[in-house]
Amino acid sequence: MRGPGTAARGARRMLAGVFSRLWLAAVLVAAWEAVTRAVQESYFPPPSQIVVAMHELWFSGPAGSLFLTEDAREDFGHSLYNLFGGWVLACLAGVVLGVALGRSRTLADYVEPVIHFGRAVPPPTLLSFYIAVFSLGTPMQVATIVSGVVWPVLLNTIDGVRTVDRLQLDSAQVFGVRGSGLLLRVVIPAAMPKIVAGLRISLGIALILMVLSELVGSTAGIGSLLIGAQRSFELPEMWAGIMLLGVLGYLLNAVFVTVERRLLRWHLNVREAA
Amino acid sequence: MTRIRLLRGVIGVCAVAALAEAAARLGAVDPQVVPSASAVLLRSVALAGDPVFLAGLADTVLAWLAGLVLALAAAVAAGVVLGSVPWLSTPSRIVVEFLRPIPSVALIPLAILLFGSETEMKISLIFYAATWPILLNTLYALRDVDPLAKETLRSFGFGSLAVLWRVSLPSAAPFVATGLRVAAGVALVVVVGAELLSGGTSGLGVFLIEAGSAGGGTDVTLAGAVWAGAFGLAVNALLVRAERGAFHWHFARTGQAAG
Repeated sequence: MRGPGTAARGARRMLAGVFSRLWLAAVLVAAWEAVTRAVQESYFPPPSQIVVAMHELWFSGPAGSLFLTEDAREDFGHSLYNLFGGWVLACLAGVVLGVALGRSRTLADYVEPVIHFGRAVPPPTLLSFYIAVFSLGTPMQVATIVSGVVWPVLLNTIDGVRTVDRLQLDSAQVFGVRGSGLLLRVVIPAAMPKIVAGLRISLGIALILMVLSELVGSTAGIGSLLIGAQRSFELPEMWAGIMLLGVLGYLLNAVFVTVERRLLRWHLNVREAA
Repeated sequence: MTRIRLLRGVIGVCAVAALAEAAARLGAVDPQVVPSASAVLLRSVALAGDPVFLAGLADTVLAWLAGLVLALAAAVAAGVVLGSVPWLSTPSRIVVEFLRPIPSVALIPLAILLFGSETEMKISLIFYAATWPILLNTLYALRDVDPLAKETLRSFGFGSLAVLWRVSLPSAAPFVATGLRVAAGVALVVVVGAELLSGGTSGLGVFLIEAGSAGGGTDVTLAGAVWAGAFGLAVNALLVRAERGAFHWHFARTGQAAG
């Protein structure tokens, strides 16, 4: 029997848990607010002012459109379209090529040096080349993202496919599973944990490159708003852009982890049982 | 076996170069926009003797190195403090979780406003970008230190500083090194990005943007990217080799090669 006493004790323990996690964050935000108000330095607006700017810029729209303003729909839409467009294209290319290269050692021997070089080139060094080829706009941004994030997916897929358990492959062969059936039902599921790890790394890089490509050459998107605010010295708006990108990075990671847990539940179960 | 693989690798590189060359020569792409592989290669060789390019590259590399060293020192120190003080380690996790996802390039506009000196601006951005991978790896590694080894040392009367120095830090070092390798790559992205935007006077990014806007062909920007890639490859190879040399005991135990 759980009496009211245990419920109260449980609630108190939960409260203590929440407090022990959050007190430092709360203290830091309070200190930030207090110090910025005291110093009155225009480069560092107080966080309350930043939140107001975020609200005015993006979240003061009508309820019918989830409180998003016109600007928000335009900025977010543009940025997310480029981000996911580039990321999905790179992931598809990386997984398809990676499976082929992971299955054939010979083929991999031919192209691996090229891949390692491609990965080593810092993506921003290609930006001015892409601007010359595609001029400013979505194709330039998507090209920057794709050519920057394809490498972790490709290398992780190759590695995952190459290290599939020999026993699994042999058993599949005994049961007459071959060709595309073998790929879809044995090889790719077995390589999935490594592939997903590659997808996660590449999502982080894709966000960085999305912001960078918008900062350098774009008239739409969160990055271009950020650099526009900087050039006209609208500091609260600029900080609002930084905050928004931080929240976006946090959300992307959180969603990815949730999906990853779903997708790899069998793998985590096997590992725990072992 | 390794000779065959090397040969195949060389053939692969040559094939890609030949394909790019053919595409430019046969008019599949506009050679004014996408230069031939030979043009890029020739330009790369020429850049190796170009004092403006070399000075820019040296500026970028020095800022990168300084930022990384500072980040390594700060992140390991912070990791040790946060990892060994329980009442700080739980609440700091939330703070880290909220600061880390801010893409470091989003801070470029702020850093340009804040820092008068170009070098300071670059080093600060590199420092921010490089701290997170090293800090997180340090935190996770310190949490996974074998408790038996720590207890053994403690029961022989060693103090907590000695345990930290003789057990915790050495066993965390391979993971810190992995974090450093990740940070080195991110730092290169951030520093070149900052140079592209800052309108500064010197650096690899400045060189690239000037080459692009001066209307001088894209072969210059691609040749710059080739050198940046060569630099990235060299750094990665050097770090992997250093890790293997310094932590051979670790790789012997886990049976893995540094990747």
